[in-house]
Amino acid sequence: MSTASATVSSRLADIVGPSNVVTDPTQLAAFAIDDKTPSASVSPQSTAEILEIVKFARKEKLAIVTTGARTKLGIGLPPRQYDVALDMTRLNRLVSYDPGDLTLSVEAGIPLHKLAAILAEHHQFLPLAVPYFDRTTIGGTIASGVDGPLRQLYGTARDYLLGMEFVTGEGVCAKSGGRVVKNVTGYDIHKLMIGALGTLGVITRINFKTFPMLSSSRAFIASFQTVERAAGMRNRVSQSHLAPVTMEIFSPGVASLFSSETAFRIAPTSIPENIFSGSRWIFTSGFAGNPNALARYETDLRKMAEECGAVDAAVLEGPQLTSAFALKREFIPVALSSSPATTILKVSVLPRQIAEALSAATREVESRHLPWVTMARGVGIIYFAILPTESSEGTKQQVVQASENILSSCAALGGHATIPWCPAAWKNTLKVWGLPRADFAQMLKLKKVFDPDGIFSPGRFVGGI
Amino acid sequence: MDSHAINDLKKLLGADAVLHRPEELLLYEYDGSVEVARPNCVVFPRNTKDVVGVVQIANRYQIPIIGRGAGTGLSGGALARQGGILVVFSRMNRILEIDVENQRAVVQPGVVNSDLSVAVAHTGLHFAPDPSSQKASTIGGNVSENSGGPHTLAYGVTTNHVHSLEAVLPTGELVRLGSPALDSPGYDLLGLFVGSEGTLALITEITVKLTRLPETVKTLLAIFDTVDDATETVVDITARGITPAACEMLDGWTIRAVEAYVHAGFPVDCAAVLLLEVDGVREAAEQNAEDVADVCRLHHAREVRVARDARERDLLWKGRKNAFGAVGRLSPTYYVQDGVIPRTKLPQTLRRINEIGDKYGFEIGNIFHAGDGNLHPIILFDAREEKQFQRAVATADEIIGFCVEMGGSITGEHGVGMEKDRLMPLLFTEDDMNLMRRVRDAYNPTGLLNPGKIFPNTKGCGEIHVRPLPVAGVSRA
Repeated sequence: MSTASATVSSRLADIVGPSNVVTDPTQLAAFAIDDKTPSASVSPQSTAEILEIVKFARKEKLAIVTTGARTKLGIGLPPRQYDVALDMTRLNRLVSYDPGDLTLSVEAGIPLHKLAAILAEHHQFLPLAVPYFDRTTIGGTIASGVDGPLRQLYGTARDYLLGMEFVTGEGVCAKSGGRVVKNVTGYDIHKLMIGALGTLGVITRINFKTFPMLSSSRAFIASFQTVERAAGMRNRVSQSHLAPVTMEIFSPGVASLFSSETAFRIAPTSIPENIFSGSRWIFTSGFAGNPNALARYETDLRKMAEECGAVDAAVLEGPQLTSAFALKREFIPVALSSSPATTILKVSVLPRQIAEALSAATREVESRHLPWVTMARGVGIIYFAILPTESSEGTKQQVVQASENILSSCAALGGHATIPWCPAAWKNTLKVWGLPRADFAQMLKLKKVFDPDGIFSPGRFVGGI
Repeated sequence: MDSHAINDLKKLLGADAVLHRPEELLLYEYDGSVEVARPNCVVFPRNTKDVVGVVQIANRYQIPIIGRGAGTGLSGGALARQGGILVVFSRMNRILEIDVENQRAVVQPGVVNSDLSVAVAHTGLHFAPDPSSQKASTIGGNVSENSGGPHTLAYGVTTNHVHSLEAVLPTGELVRLGSPALDSPGYDLLGLFVGSEGTLALITEITVKLTRLPETVKTLLAIFDTVDDATETVVDITARGITPAACEMLDGWTIRAVEAYVHAGFPVDCAAVLLLEVDGVREAAEQNAEDVADVCRLHHAREVRVARDARERDLLWKGRKNAFGAVGRLSPTYYVQDGVIPRTKLPQTLRRINEIGDKYGFEIGNIFHAGDGNLHPIILFDAREEKQFQRAVATADEIIGFCVEMGGSITGEHGVGMEKDRLMPLLFTEDDMNLMRRVRDAYNPTGLLNPGKIFPNTKGCGEIHVRPLPVAGVSRA
């Protein structure tokens, strides 16, 4: 350890106690982002300690990356500088929960599955069915901006986040919003923290609206010969009065993806084999309600599927439903584990452009013989995973070319795309944050207000913020 | 105001789009609140280019600029608190695009809220945010204030229904925030600008989400002999995990005022009614309607009526949405509050409001969004008597103070504006507000756009908070 980093760790130890500072390189490897490892990790237990840490870092010009369960540190560009990992996992208390009001206030480091268990006791839940559900913290979920299948009915975190407390890059603790379900007092600063990768502040406390747990639910699943037909089914449902809980389209490759070992760990109960057939596109949609409503959904969905040319259809319930839902939720980790160079594009288009966007993307990868698989949400968000069999320079060039063309074709449709996951070594060649954005200048203005010295996750965000 | 500035504005927009004579400005010194502030001139841009031009002139002469839709706001958001140019969007009122398949519409800011829903009704879609002012208020105003309404209980407030904005920053820069496709990469600037009460930008175009009209709607009127029974019902409905599309409460005093005016069929001898609506697919809505009715009966509802058809349903809603107009007939002036409380605190809060009214000698009516704990106590007073006016403000402040004590908020949907700036410290520390001020200054660096709003005046110049009105206010909640 250098003298400089020894000073840093001793000062950090003064703030949080020596047992909450890690400087051992072997242990620190767990905090590495791309090719960079911090010289210390520090685990505060209070906002007051975080304030001290941030003030110290600012004075010493140290770069901080806030971490939770460290499941999504691969998102974004490599940090320009990375001195201290601010580990939030000890800030993990439930601050308050009022089941009667359906409101909740938690510290950022609380694991999502623990929170879900607490809410379940009161037959409530947060619609954050996100990847790495069994490990991720609530803070990491919000800061990374990942989504999940429940957004079809519930929207994303910005739709049920009520308020937040955070520490800015100047070492100031501030808050916005509140704890009631309706509130327009002051600016919605908390929305800015969603998906900002911690570049504006350290999220310390988050207030949410909770939701009554759904009564019985089921999933409808149908297979189609072409992507157009599967997308046609999505359109048919969205034109009806049905309000499904989830709605996704999967490409033919999903059958082999979901039969992988990782997939099996996540979802031990298999889904009927004739449904996830290797050559067909899959439409799935979850729905919930009383027995009459369930019957109505099933009848209507079967009829619509037939009209849309489905080859096969089934309704899942019980363990099969649980498995299918877990696989949908964990599509990204499963895809990441299935190739040495998984590159996942997040493509966003209007819902009616899903088939067109998918066809364009498919052409790009097929013409380069790159294996791929995709999951498209009914709202127009497509996760397009390229799964090369090896990570050579030649393969990289193929993936770079394919992704560039996908980014352009998406832009031509009026949408936008980013590459949240790819091999670290490819990040300086791939357009991780997509094409340049016209509103970038407006984003820089915010960064200057919240973190004028650029100590939070420097370089990782859009445009190298 | 500099006559050169007026001339420049006339040259840019044409003489018919600039008002500046005192008698022309009178109409524009009010909105739906109890505030008064007169602009130096009023302009009516026709397009985005006009708006950019107006902003440039304002910068050239260093004159404040304030955006305004229909002026139905309840917190003075669209008033020229420090004078200046009021930019009224009534001529930018075109629906530019309706994309039925993707459930989006592109509108100019001056489009009236309900006009959009009427325009798309034949497609089975609607614009979900439904402030009671929806027949007059504009979507630009709704976006600026992040308006709510009865059905936002289930459908969300305005911010949940906006995909993208085109806006002119006070510096004259034209920006586009968000996108019709979801999840724009980068900071959620859209989320910041929606609800920023006209302090960050003038909005020139809005892409909104259109929501499918439900297959089945059941509207129920539950009649109670005590206010406590009605509020306990709301608490219980929420606790049971039933989310009605709307859950509105009117107390006996308000019902009598409404009946005398609207004849909506509310029983005048009861203590409170709940106007409840459930919707969705037929099978779900029918069950929910039964469940809701059962909870009402469990809490001693004297009667639960279900609207038999669209006509009966419209009549019930007419009673709710015209309630403020009805109150306007009873008193020269009234003051509507907008506090929010956690829903479980409804019973004790309503009792407390009653006590506060007694203490100050006011009769206070209550008509509000019970389902999400958003209160609208109405204080009747005569603004011609200065003392009464001050007492009304003191009453309102005490009610808001109690809401905050209960863990609530000072405004649920009306905004802070110039009405509640001095109450901001009840919720926010100096650090919280400083950060928000700096965010404002990042986009509004000279402070020319809508000055004197949201944040308390740190210099404490002893400015009079609200001035009495000579005539009845027409307010909507």
